[in-house]
Amino acid sequence: MTTLTEAPPKASEVLGAPKKKRNLLPYLLLAPGVLWLVVFFLIPIITAISASIQTGSLDMGFKVTWNWANYSSTFSTYNTEIIHSLIYSIACTVICLLLGYPLAYFIAFRGGKWKNLLMALVIAPAFTSFLIRTIAWETILSDHGTVVRIMIDLRITNLMDHLGLITGNHVLNSPFSVVFGMVYNFLPFTVLPLYTSLEKIDPRLHEAGRDLYCSGYRTWRYVTWPLSLPGVIAGTLLTFIPAVGDYVNAYMLGSPNTQVIGQVIENEALRDVFGYPIASAMGVILTFGTLLIVLAYVKKAGSEDLL
Amino acid sequence: MTKTFDWIKAHTLGFVAILIFVFLIAPNAVMLLFSFNQPANKYNFVWHKFSLNAWKNPCASADMCSSIKLSITIAIITMILATALGTMVAFAMMRYRFQGRTFLNVLLFLPMAAPEVTMGITLMTFFYNTTGSNSLGFDTIIIAHVMFSLSYVVVTVKARLAGMDPTLENAAADLYATPFQTFRRVTLPLVMPGILAAALLSFALSIDDYIITVLTAGNEVTFPMYVYSSFQHSVPAQIDVIGSTMLLITLAGITFAQVPQIIKTRKA
Repeated sequence: MTTLTEAPPKASEVLGAPKKKRNLLPYLLLAPGVLWLVVFFLIPIITAISASIQTGSLDMGFKVTWNWANYSSTFSTYNTEIIHSLIYSIACTVICLLLGYPLAYFIAFRGGKWKNLLMALVIAPAFTSFLIRTIAWETILSDHGTVVRIMIDLRITNLMDHLGLITGNHVLNSPFSVVFGMVYNFLPFTVLPLYTSLEKIDPRLHEAGRDLYCSGYRTWRYVTWPLSLPGVIAGTLLTFIPAVGDYVNAYMLGSPNTQVIGQVIENEALRDVFGYPIASAMGVILTFGTLLIVLAYVKKAGSEDLL
Repeated sequence: MTKTFDWIKAHTLGFVAILIFVFLIAPNAVMLLFSFNQPANKYNFVWHKFSLNAWKNPCASADMCSSIKLSITIAIITMILATALGTMVAFAMMRYRFQGRTFLNVLLFLPMAAPEVTMGITLMTFFYNTTGSNSLGFDTIIIAHVMFSLSYVVVTVKARLAGMDPTLENAAADLYATPFQTFRRVTLPLVMPGILAAALLSFALSIDDYIITVLTAGNEVTFPMYVYSSFQHSVPAQIDVIGSTMLLITLAGITFAQVPQIIKTRKA
């Protein structure tokens, strides 16, 4: 009996997990990864903040001159692009949620034994080049394609033209095609966390709702939706964050009229020698802007019921 | 009445799900189809006529093939480094007590919460200010890729460790296994699926990345960079051949992973 009671603490000692003793091992395990992130993620952000208030050029070197002009000129010169980025990424996030929720719901509750396979099909495209898949939309949505012809016949293009989403009968190179491409690219990011949280819900809760004479909608609204909220929050964040910085869709499926902040950052950073402090300033604005939106959203979602 | 409503509702959901699947799969189908196209002009956007040409000469553009080689090399090195570092961090977080856990959580969360373009531009600025503008190249791409995939590795391995039964390790220790033996024979095999998933994820993240790569690449050209710049002058059918090959490898992998489950359900 004594040996049995003594065994557990001994075991944990052997395992190298003494809870109170000072142990160097965790720090050794953490050091390389933490150093990598501090040196190549954290310090660069600090460098960028300092670079964004510098003036100069690549040949003559840059000096910190507390040149806040980079910030004000960013806002005044590129306000259209900043607004585009915001509108497109918010539209993308909302549409992804509207499409992703029914899909995740269907797989979680109607998928049966095909659940894993269906989820694999949702994620599989992410393992092939997203640039090539974006180019494929160029083919599908081209003016001579079947999709656009059907849209013209059904007068959908007409309606979308009136709403300012596209110009005339051209679906490509419009705000619509940019958001369309973004939704396509980021939908798996919405579906995955949604599915994870929906899948955990016991289907018997739905039966209970029905037994208590709840309508299908009310069961969803008061049982399923609150339980799936963590997935909704994670999914929308995982979509919004990459979407706000994305410019591949705006470049490939858009036009000069749909430029977003990412494109400007790349142009300033790569093509203009004087542009790199401005690019830093825009990067800092984008980082902290996104962080603010994310924190506000998480706080709202965490403290109260969403919607 | 409710029955009809339920029936419509049940089938609407299925119908919507099918439409979304079509939406998700359509570009892949087009990519596969257009890899057999002989484009009429420089852009492989409009169907012209069937041809095996692109599959027979995947390296018609030498630039493209060297960019693929570079991308695969970078992805493999990133995979090894990120998986090793990330797994160590995940073990430390799940198995030990240490100072600064909150800082570590924030540090791991931030790279996932920062838009790619800002990580790219800040890293580029950092290299400009420390090692000069000529330092951008192969090494800096690796540094960037390990940096942004590390958090995903930690999250994936941590999830696997959290789902493990701790009594198994205690049992091994009770049976007089040394800590190393316990780790080698019990812990590692149990965590292996998580580590493999993390490795695959970091490989996939690295090989497909464009935005951070273009800002840290200097004169190197990876495959996504090749595709992006080819969009300005010509899109050869060979690009679709590469995309289709990646898709087929992925699908083969999924099928392979499903086999044990299918056998299990057959037996049951």
